[in-house]
This record gives sequence, structure tokens and C-alpha cells, in this order.
Amino acid sequence: MRQISWSEFVITRLIRFAGYSSILFVSLIFIFLLREGSPAVIEVPLRALFGLRWYPIEGDNFGVLPLIGGSIVVTLGAALVAIPFGLLTAIYIAEIAPRWAREILKPLVEILGGLPSVLLGFIGILVLGPFLRRALELPTGLTALTGALLLGAIAIPTIVSVAEDALDAVPGTYRDAALALGATRWYTMWRVTLPAARSGVLTAIMLGIGRAIGETMTVMMVTGNAPVFPTSPLALFRPVRTMTATIAAEMGEVANGSVHYHTLFLIGILLFLISLAINLTAASVVFRQQVRAEKVLS
Amino acid sequence: MRTIIAIVISENPPRFLAILVLLMSYLLAGCAGRGGGDRGPLAIGDTIENKGSDTIVNLALAWAEAYQTEHTDVRISVTGGGSGTGIAALINGTVDIANASRKIKPEEEAAAIENGIEPIEFIISRDAIAIIVHHDNPIEQLTIDQISAIYSGEFDNWAQVGGEDRPIVRLSRETNSGTHVYFLEQVLRKGNKDDDTLFSTDTLLLPSSEGITAEVRDNPNAIGYDGLGYVTPEVKVVAVGLSPQGPFILPSVETVNSGAYPIARDLYMYTAGEPAGQVAAYLDWILSAEAQEIVLQLGFVPILSP
Repeated sequence: MRQISWSEFVITRLIRFAGYSSILFVSLIFIFLLREGSPAVIEVPLRALFGLRWYPIEGDNFGVLPLIGGSIVVTLGAALVAIPFGLLTAIYIAEIAPRWAREILKPLVEILGGLPSVLLGFIGILVLGPFLRRALELPTGLTALTGALLLGAIAIPTIVSVAEDALDAVPGTYRDAALALGATRWYTMWRVTLPAARSGVLTAIMLGIGRAIGETMTVMMVTGNAPVFPTSPLALFRPVRTMTATIAAEMGEVANGSVHYHTLFLIGILLFLISLAINLTAASVVFRQQVRAEKVLS
Repeated sequence: MRTIIAIVISENPPRFLAILVLLMSYLLAGCAGRGGGDRGPLAIGDTIENKGSDTIVNLALAWAEAYQTEHTDVRISVTGGGSGTGIAALINGTVDIANASRKIKPEEEAAAIENGIEPIEFIISRDAIAIIVHHDNPIEQLTIDQISAIYSGEFDNWAQVGGEDRPIVRLSRETNSGTHVYFLEQVLRKGNKDDDTLFSTDTLLLPSSEGITAEVRDNPNAIGYDGLGYVTPEVKVVAVGLSPQGPFILPSVETVNSGAYPIARDLYMYTAGEPAGQVAAYLDWILSAEAQEIVLQLGFVPILSP
């Protein structure tokens, strides 16, 4: 009897630790980032930090705004591509495609998600970039748009896979009920199935955007890495430099403990806070819905 | 319909922690990037660790290969990453020889001495920086002043330097490249130390020499610069002159050694303290006629002294 409760004790603790470990790791990472990045706030004058010039090898040219702007342009572009495309694909696979097509499409999409990003970067440099330059008559094909399209392609499999799971989890009786009430198939999909799976779909979108904003290799290869602050939507057709590409390109050469080093970690903190904000927004939306739904239930 | 939502949502909140962790792993993948490549210091005599400039990496590899076929007891490991990367590794004591396409900076030297390492400089060969454009670009020659005006953003159209009416797309290496620093100091600022001209912000910073060649090969608007050893027949090399009257000189071994081609530089290796044992023997060999022959084969310029 004692034996059993002892092993039970160990197992419950282990499982509990596994559960809490994610919180532990996230906070450890944040503490590390904070320790390495916070000196930058003191070392770099604030005016320089919020300047528009990023040229870290000389003077106080540590303006992070062009990098934040670059990341936002590329990520928004990717979201505009990936969200409609991903959701429509998920709806098709979950609701419309016949069984056999579904069994082929789902694994195929998931394989697409496993493509190494460096490979997409090559496609971007050799095929997509030159194509966009000729088709849109741009000065160069290495632009935010090229990066956004490729990031969209990276985010789509994540969105499709998670959103399709969520749609699939909606009980068939809901569809049957809607159809029995005389709703058309389109109405059923749009007004019954999709809202029922809303939180899962939202999770899918957030995961997809998370992948896009954190992606490094592809954007470093295809966006041209010019630290220009985007001032109009036309910036999508110009080269940009993202936060991730900057960290990846410069962290290797930087002297440990220098101002440049601290500033790169500060960019890491900003990146962390941005994705945290995205997640909290999504979580609060889902939470609000849940509270509302519980009220209706009671 | 509300009840429907409740059922699906109720299993969801724990998922957000999982998402957070997933996101973090992506972020980390971004941060780790190129940082983690250093190996620990190895005992000298086992392996010579040689790291640094991407300009020199092919040359260093060819040297290492040739040297190891003659001296089978020596192992030389060569990696690139940029001059800054190599010197940083030398300062941290993780390499025996750092390759650099620029001189060590005073602050780097100070950091090394603080770590108890005295960097010793060797000039191992010379290199010319070629200005390259697309083959369809009618431009044949440019002055240093024109190149400087192009890269500083003063000129935005090829017509301003006598070419077609096309926008200029400026290509450069990343800021960790010794070639980038050299180009900034010697071309953009024309060697003037008080000049604080910077690259135009819309200059594309590409992570590799191959990236520059690929873009120039494809894009008639592009102008780029690269070490002479990396120039392929698929791009056009522009003749460079000091004044509008000329003479305009194409880079080659002869024009670099005679000093006629204006954008040429020395390439360096740095050791941690006076080299001894295997490292000293290797550096002696590099300065020999046999090793300098390899320099010539790779499109670089041999040093004139023995």
C-alpha cells in the first residue's frame, strides 16, 4: 500500500513539473534576455534607440524602428496571404472534400509544413524574386513582398492543420441540425461550423502568425535586409530588414558584452514582447467568449 | 449557437501555454542563428583552428588542403563567418589563426590584450575589390567619386552616371564583412578619415558573396562589389578610375601589383601571440612561393615579398 502511494507521489509530481516547466522555461528565457538586453537602454541614448538609422558598426546608429517596421510589414503581408488561403483550405478539407481527397490532402499539407525554410529562401532568390521583379516592374525582386509570400507559404500548413482539426472536432449533429432547419451548405459552414470551431481557428491563426514573425532564414535571404523605415503601404514592394534577420546576421560577429550585443538582445526582448502580446490578445478573446458562453449555458 | 462555442472552447485554455512554448522555440531558433558555431580550444599540435573572413575562406581551404597532403600529421580546420567573427573568436581564445580582410580594430586589439592574448599580424596575400554590374548594363567605367555618390544615395538613376534611365539597386555585404568596412572607408569615404558618409539606408545588405553575384547576374538595375576571387563571367566588371579623365583600370593581378587599380587591399591572418610549433610552420609555408602560387590560381593577388 505504501509502495503504491509512493510511486503515485513521484508520478504526480513529475507530471505536475512537466506541466509547470513551460512557465519555468519561459521565465528563465525572459530573465536571460532581460539581463543581456537591458543595459542597452542605458548605453544607447533613447533618441538614438528610437532613431531611423540602423548601422550598428559605427556611432550611435542603433535605431530599432526600421527593424520593427520591417518585421511588421513582412508579417502583415504574410498574414494577408496565409489567413484567407489557410482557412479556405481547412474548410475545404474538413467540410467539402470527399473522404479520399481528404486523406491525401491533409498529409500533403503537413509535409509542406516540414519544408526547411532555407529551401524556400533559395526558391525566393532564384525564382520568386526575379519573377516579381519582372511582373511588377520593381527595381529589385528582393522585397518585403517576396518575404511575405514565402512566409505565407510557411504559415499556411500550420493554419490548415490546426484549423482543420478544430473544424473536424465540431460534432456532426450541429451540421445535421442546421441542414434540417433548412440552412444551405454554405450557411452551415459559415454560420454554424466555423463559429463553433472559432477558438481553434483563432489558435491556428496565432500559431501561423507566430511562425511568420519568428522565421529567420527565409527573410534574411529574400527581403534584401535594407533597414528602411516603412512609411507607406508601398513599403511592401521595397527591401526591408526584419528583427529576426538582424539578430541572425549580426549576433555571430558581435563582441560579447558590447553595446551592439546588448542592443541585439534588446531586439530579442521586443520580439518576445510582440509575440506575448499576440498571444494575450488571442487568449483574452477566447476567454471572453468562454465567459459569455457559460452565462448562456447556466 | 452559443452553447456550441462553449463546448469546443472549454478544452482550450491549457493550449495557450503550449502555443507560448512553441513560439519561444521559434524565437530561439532565430536568436541562436549563427552564434553557436565556435568549438572549444584544442591543443595546438592536434588541429589548427582557422576561422574568419569569408573572402579568405576559399583560399584558406585550398592552403589547408595542400599543406595537409604534405604534412599528414597536421589537421587544419577552416571556417568562414566574416572577419569580425574570426577576430572575436581569436579574442575568446577559440581559434589559433583568425583570417581577416581588414586590419584589426584598436578596440578589438584592446579586448584581446585584456583577455591575455596578443594578436600578431601577418599579411598573407592581396585582393582587389571588383565593381560588378549586369551584362546588359552599358556602363563600362566609373570613377571612385561616382561609385561613392551611388552608394551614399546621391545618385539614384543610372542616367546620372551616363547609363540608361533605370533605378540603381545598391548591393553590399553585411556589416560584419571586412569587405563592407573596407569599401566604406576606401570607396564611400575615399580614404578620408573625417568623412562620416554612410551607405544609403536602402542599400541591400546580403549575407554572402554568392547572394550578390546571384542578384547582379539577374538584375540589370543592380550594382555590387565583391572580392576579385569571387567574380564569375556571368557578371560584368566595371573599370575604375580616380578622375573623370581616367585612366580607367580593370582589376587584375598586374594592375593590383603595380598599384594602378585603386580598390585593392591586403589580406591578413592573426595569431594569438607569437606563433609556435605547427602554427608557425604553417604560416611560414603560407608565405612561401609554393603557397603564393595557390593564391594566384584562386584569383587573388600574391604578395610581392618572397
